[in-house]
Order: sequence, then structure tokens, then C-alpha cells
Amino acid sequence: MTTSILSRPIHPTGLWAWLTTIDHKRIGILYGVTAFIMFLSGGIEAMYIRLQLAAPEQELVSPEIYSQLFTMHGTTMIFLAIMPMGAAFFNYLIPLQIGARDVAFPRLNAFSYWTFLGGAVMLKSSWFLGGAPNAGWFGYAPITSSAYNPGHGIDFWILSLQILGIASLAAAFNFIVTIINLRAPGMSLMRMPIFTWMTFVTSILLILAFPVITVALIEVMFDRFFGTNFFNVGAGGQPLLWQHLFWVFGHPEVYILILPALGIIAEVIPTFSKKPLFGYPVVVLSGVVIGFMGWMVWSHHMFTVGLGPVANSVFAVTTMAIAVPTGVKIFNYIATMWKGSISLTTSMLYAIGFIFLFVIGGLSGVMHSSAASDAQQQDTYFIVAHLHYVLFGGSIMALGSGIYYWFPKMTGRLMDEKLGKLNFLLVFIGMNVTFFPMHFLGLDGMPRRIYTYDSDMGWNLWNAVSSVGYLILALGVLILIVNIIWSVLSGEKADGDPWDARTLEWSMSSPPPEYNFEHIPIVHGIDPYWEQKREGLSTVPISGGSGDDDSHGIHLPQPSYWPLLASLGLFVSGYGLVYLSSSIGLVVSIIGAAITMVAVYAWSFEPVNDPDEGEGH
Amino acid sequence: MWLMGYRIQSKYVVVMAFLFLLVFTGCTPSHHMSTFDTHGPVARSQLVLFYWIFWAAVFVFVTVSIALFYTVLKYRRRSGDPDPPQIHGHTKLEIAWTIIPSIILIVVAVPTVITIFDNANSPEPSALTIEAKGHQWWFEFTYPHPEEPDKKVVTANELHIPVDEVVNVNLESKDVIHSFWIPKIAGKVDMVPNHTNTIWIKADETGEYYGQCAEFCGVAHAKMKFRVIVQTKEQFEAWLKVQALPGLESADPLAVEGRNLFEGDARCWTCHKVEGSKRSRGTTGPNLTHFGSRNHLAAGVIENTQDNLRKWIQDPESIKQGTIMYRDAQVYTDPDKSLTESQVSALVAYLASLD
Repeated sequence: MTTSILSRPIHPTGLWAWLTTIDHKRIGILYGVTAFIMFLSGGIEAMYIRLQLAAPEQELVSPEIYSQLFTMHGTTMIFLAIMPMGAAFFNYLIPLQIGARDVAFPRLNAFSYWTFLGGAVMLKSSWFLGGAPNAGWFGYAPITSSAYNPGHGIDFWILSLQILGIASLAAAFNFIVTIINLRAPGMSLMRMPIFTWMTFVTSILLILAFPVITVALIEVMFDRFFGTNFFNVGAGGQPLLWQHLFWVFGHPEVYILILPALGIIAEVIPTFSKKPLFGYPVVVLSGVVIGFMGWMVWSHHMFTVGLGPVANSVFAVTTMAIAVPTGVKIFNYIATMWKGSISLTTSMLYAIGFIFLFVIGGLSGVMHSSAASDAQQQDTYFIVAHLHYVLFGGSIMALGSGIYYWFPKMTGRLMDEKLGKLNFLLVFIGMNVTFFPMHFLGLDGMPRRIYTYDSDMGWNLWNAVSSVGYLILALGVLILIVNIIWSVLSGEKADGDPWDARTLEWSMSSPPPEYNFEHIPIVHGIDPYWEQKREGLSTVPISGGSGDDDSHGIHLPQPSYWPLLASLGLFVSGYGLVYLSSSIGLVVSIIGAAITMVAVYAWSFEPVNDPDEGEGH
Repeated sequence: MWLMGYRIQSKYVVVMAFLFLLVFTGCTPSHHMSTFDTHGPVARSQLVLFYWIFWAAVFVFVTVSIALFYTVLKYRRRSGDPDPPQIHGHTKLEIAWTIIPSIILIVVAVPTVITIFDNANSPEPSALTIEAKGHQWWFEFTYPHPEEPDKKVVTANELHIPVDEVVNVNLESKDVIHSFWIPKIAGKVDMVPNHTNTIWIKADETGEYYGQCAEFCGVAHAKMKFRVIVQTKEQFEAWLKVQALPGLESADPLAVEGRNLFEGDARCWTCHKVEGSKRSRGTTGPNLTHFGSRNHLAAGVIENTQDNLRKWIQDPESIKQGTIMYRDAQVYTDPDKSLTESQVSALVAYLASLD
């Protein structure tokens, strides 16, 4: 016990409580709020893009700033908005859905969040420190090398992505262990809620995908900092190596973004249809198959780089094949609604909107899986349209559905349905007005990532329409913000189960007590809470068994300073490495590394549970 | 009008019809880069494939949408409804919606693979072969010399090809990754450093076609364009013959002054080549031997007129931001060396005389 350098913090409320919390619910809220702010910042970057392209030959932003804008928009939305928004739901919900009191490694969980925040702040700060990265979110070598990109933007990009990778890996390990080990008695794998299943698959994808991009980023970093020649063309470096590594990561990353969305939808639709999920084992299996096949399609991002007809044919066919399990999920979701009793709440509208838009995105995906015709579509606005139908129409609509669905659980208040429906309608219309015309632009030959276009190209009308769509979309998001704030403050009070839902998280009060479950529940089926309500299969264990009955005896992990400090060290070290060429940078990076090492050491020796320690010394 | 039990007002029908009209104007073939207005077998095969998959996709989309909206509208909850039957699945149905999409995908996959191989392999490997090289931010084209086999003819940003003939193009890059794309003639293939790609193209109508770099390649990516000039065989051969000649020496005193400046104090010669000149042997920038005969300048960005040329030399940033010429040439970087009005006039006269 004397090895503890700092005693464990004991702040129940206030800033320090949030900084040292290891409660998965609080960490989930931190993730959610941060991701939402990052979503808005990525939206502001998109605003400049749409303003610039609203009419031909505009000079609102310079070409250099435009490059930074689309690079940051993509990187932000993928790594700082959609992924962590998914992580917010993982954090908040997984222990509740599987009947646990926290995740397996609560301090590691806090470390994940603070490391993510550090990476996010670091990436965003590049705007104010000499310019943001400007090589696209895909950063194709050799345009990221010092010869073509001498500024620090790329350094910020490679280092913050590595820091974000650490955060994602830590979180993914945590959720895998949690899901495998902490399920309540009776919850076999094939009784897990679909959202938990998709979290499980996503976490496995994260663990396998992030090392690949980390290797690629380290290679670029070594090229830039130490003059190695991984991508130095003059010395025989191979730019295609980067593309393979990037997309071996990048395509599973797409499923990292969409599988949680498919999981959310599989929770929302059964609840608001009052029916069990149609074909539960098939939906689980198709999710696993998607996760597996996601590794066999990466070269469809590279159909035009000249891999040859054999490789292109193989990847065309595997890509088409992945549409089958995806389609199966969609059909099962519709079949779940069939003969149901559907209430069109905002959450459900988002879920239905998700299906409609994701089908469009999926079908345009099949269009470019055809490598030969993709030669006309690759790197045009047709791809931009496709990816936004998948990531906005897919991931973000599902996250919207999830926000409206679980908000009462998280806050104890319902969101306003009138504002909600207006919000949904504007987002749905705005999203289509913004992104659908991009299909036309792409087929009409407009390349991606051009900062301007001539007025005689025939692209004026649809660009203008798309920019108007942005305004509608932005208004919709604004109403969402108003709704969230208003509902947190004075929304209608929600009881534990406002939707007559099916899974365990609805069996407790809203918001849940810190310890989640007074008794670790017992699970009898796929929809344990529904079965308890309708069939009398109680999830409450027969009392007198374990020591858990006495609420004073509930063992909860204690808050800790160390995860925060360990993350802080990485953050400091990251800045140092950006400026490694100067001696100050070197010193700062060493200091950062030292902070992390000390923190991890102290973390390892921290007493598990020592309420008295905090007061005496 | 009634639809699924809902009365639809006629004004909505008008709005819908207008929207459909708009949708179809999206596919306007007259536009410079439209992939619907094909002028060669490669682009045509890609368009045929596109339509094939497009209609398959429309079929799936309509089917799924009808199922979705019918379900949502029909099974809406009414107050007092009892719990619906708790159906957990239906094995035969699920097998059906695994197999039917698989069949649709096979229908799409077979022509895809056939077209991939057709477009990958040149039908005439021994036909005219041109080297195309991407630079930040312009295209260099190298032709075999019409008479002397060990010599080459080098030009920039305007690719001349004979009509109705297969032309093979080897694609390379000098610096970062670019992409070679002529929407009306053929889909794109990337220009990757240390990785030579090939594409075959064939145009079946004479005329001028738009090409553009399609892979983000840095700050001036948006303005890295080129033109493809499809000519009759006779015109093409005549053109190539002229291009193979050294740059003309004009006797016009202003042009001579311009040449002296080009090969002297303005230091244009360090980066640009003019065949026939002993001094101008640079290879960093475009070869200017027959610059005056080109229709466009700055990589297809503006028409090659004397006014535009003057603007380009005086202030390249006003036409194309980020050019390496503006970044590196001392007439732009060193205020003491910047060009005077009359020097610009002389350079314009010299360059225009190189036809």
C-alpha cells in the first residue's frame, strides 16, 4: 500500500470526479459529448467545402486551405466523431446489456477516453499551429513525404492517429474481455443483445486493423524524421505499399464504423415493433461474416492503381459477395417490423431512415465493386455520394436513432418528440439534398478533392443544390442540439423502461445507479427483460445466495488519477515528437514518455480498493 | 390521386415529376466530362456495364423500398393494440433472401470480370505507344520519333491521337501519384511512381476531349488537366512530323529578344526545353519546343492566347495557384529579378513564335 504515490481520489461530484472517474457510464457520456463536439467541428469544415463549391470559380478559401479542410473533415468524422460516438454507446451500454457492474478494466477504460481526447485535441490544434494536414484522410505516399510536404501538418496527422490508435486498441481489448468474461449467468453468446454482438465483432476488427495502420504510420514517420526510404521513390520506395497497408486497415475500418450502427438498429427496431428480432442467429452470423469478409476486399479501393485484371476480378467478386450478408441483415430488420406493432417515434424514424439510405449506399457500393465500370467512378463525386450514404445515411442516422433511444436511460428524461421529428425530417431531407446530387456530379465527371471548377463544366446546378442541402442539414443538427439541451434541463421525466423495451438495461432506473444492478441478473433468453415482463421469467436471482444482496457489499472500482496522467504523458510526448527536429521537441517528448511510464508504474501498484487511504495522509 | 389509401394532391405529383426530370438532367451527355457521352470502345464497355448494374440496383432498391414502406405503413401501432405474435424467424425465407441476392450478384459479376479482362489487355500490343508522365501539375507526353527510332518527340498537356486506332499509353509519374482520365474515351488508370501502368485507348470520332488528373496530387490538383485531340490519321502524322522538328527561330526582333531572355537572365532554360536550342535543355518543366501550336496553357487551364500568356508569365498565381514555377523561379522569388513589362512582351513573342 505504501507503493501508492497518490492516494485514490474520492471526489463524488465536480470536475475532479469527472477527471478521475472510472465509471463506464460517465466515460460513455464523456465520449459522447466529445464526439458530438468533434462532429460539429467536422461539420464546420464541411461548411467551408460546400461554400467554396456552391458556385464555380470561387475563391473563398485558398487551394492549400481547401486541401486541409477535406483532409481534416474526413479524418475528424471517421476518427473523432463516428468511431468515438460508437465508443460512447459501447461504454454506456455494454455492461448494462450483459448484466455487469462495469467493464473488465475500468481504469484502462478511463485511459482510453483520455488518450482519445489527447489525440483529438492534438489533431485539431494543428489548425492553429502552422496548418492542418493536407494530404487527404488517406494520405497516399509519397505526397506525405517531407519532399512534397515539408510543414508540420502531416506530423500532427501521423502522431495523433497513432495516439488515437492506442486509445482504440485499449478500448477494444477492454470490451472483448468484458463481453467474454462479465456476462450475467445464463447469458450465453447466443443470447447476447445484437448491439453487444456487434461491439464484440467491431472490437476484434479494431484489434486486427489498428496495428496495420500503425505500422504504415510509423514507416511514414521514420521517412520524415529519420530519413528512411519506405516511400522514397528516388531510392526505390514503393508508394503502393502504403496503399495496401492503409486499405488493409481502411476497409475493416468501414465496418468498424457501420457494425455498431447495424447493432443499434437491431435494438431499436424490435423494441418499437414489439417483436423479437427476426432471425437472431442469422443476424449474428451475418455480422460475423461481414467482419470476416471485410478483410478480403481492401483492394477495391485500388481498382485503378494497376494491380492487374486477376487481382481486380478477385476483389470485385469478394466485394460483391459482402453485399449478401449485409442484405440479409436489412431483410431481417424489415421482417422484424412485418406484422409488428410499429410506433413511429423519432428513434424509430431514424432507424427506418437508416434502412432506406443504407440500401442506397449499399447499392452504389455494388456499382463500384464492378472494377471495370469503377474506372469511371473512382475518385469522383460518385464515390463521395456513396460514402456519405453509407457513413451519414448509415452510421450517423443509426447513431441518431441510438441517441433518441437511450437518452432517457442516460439522463432520466425523454427527448422532445415534436422537436425530434422536425430534427429527423430536416436531417433526412438535408442529407438527401446534399449528397444525392453528388451521384450526378460524379457521373458527369467531377473529380473529388478539387477546390474549384470551371463554370462551363455543367456542374453548377448540382453543386448549388448540394450546398443548399447543407443548410437544411445544418438546421436539422441545430434542432438536435436544442432538443438535447432542452431535454436534459426540462424534458419529461422517464421511468426505467419508457419504450417497453426488451433488454436488461431497461430493467433498472433511469439513469442507472452507479453500481448498475443491485443483483447480478439471471438471463433466460434473448430478450430477458421482455420475458420477465410478459412471461414472468424473472431476472432477479432467488435471494439469500450471494453477498451482493446487501447494497453496501457491492464492490465497485475506485476512481484513479493514473489513467489521466498516463494519457497526458502520451499527449505531451506527441507534441514533442512533432517538433523532434528541435532540441526542445526532443526534451518534451522524453518528458512526456517519462510521465506515461511513471503513471503506468504507479497504476500497476495502486491498491485496488482503499477508502481510508485518501483521508489520512 | 390515391396511393396506398392516402390521397395525394396533384401539386405533389407535379413536384415529383419535376424532381424526376431534374434527376435525369443529371446525366447530361453534352458536358465536357460526362461519362454518358462515350466516344471510344473502352468508355462504352464501361457504360454498358454501368447500365447493367444500375438497373439491377434499381430493381433491388424498388423492391426493398416497397417492402419497407408497405411494412411501416401497414403495421403502425394503434392504441390498444395487443402485443403482436412473437415471431423469431423463418428458415426458408432467410435462405431465400440469401440466395436471391447471390444470383443477382452473379448476374453482375460475370460481365464485370469479362470487361475487366477486355479493358486490361490491349487488342493491339504493337500499335502506337505513347509514354504519359504525370508531374506536379501537368502531363508530359512522349511519342516515338516518326523517322529516327532512337529519338523521341516530347510535348505537354495535349495528347494527339489518330482516330479509330488503338493507342497504348504507358503511365508513369515523376513525383507523387496522379491519375490519367479521359471520361469520354476511357476510365482512369493511376500514374504511380516506380510502378508503370498501361492503358489502351481508342477514339471513334475526331475532336477535342477533356482529360483531368483524378488522384489528389497536391495544391494545384484541381487545375491539372489535359486535352486529347483526336485527328484523322493524315492530320496526326502531319502533326507528329512538325512536332519532331526543332523549335523555329523567328526573325522578329521582339521574339529574338525574348529568346535571349529565355536563355539568359530570366533563367527559363533551367527548367524548360526547346529542341534546337543549345541552352534550353531543362526537363523539370514542360517541353516548350512547339508551345505556340498548343491550344491551351497551364495544363489545360486556359486558352493559349497572347493575353493569357502574358497574364501567365506575369502572375502565374492568378491562373493556377501553387505552381512550382512560381515557387522556384527567381523571376518570381527574387524581387530584384522580376520581369518588366517589356521583358514579358518579349517572352510572349518568343513563346508564341514557337509553333
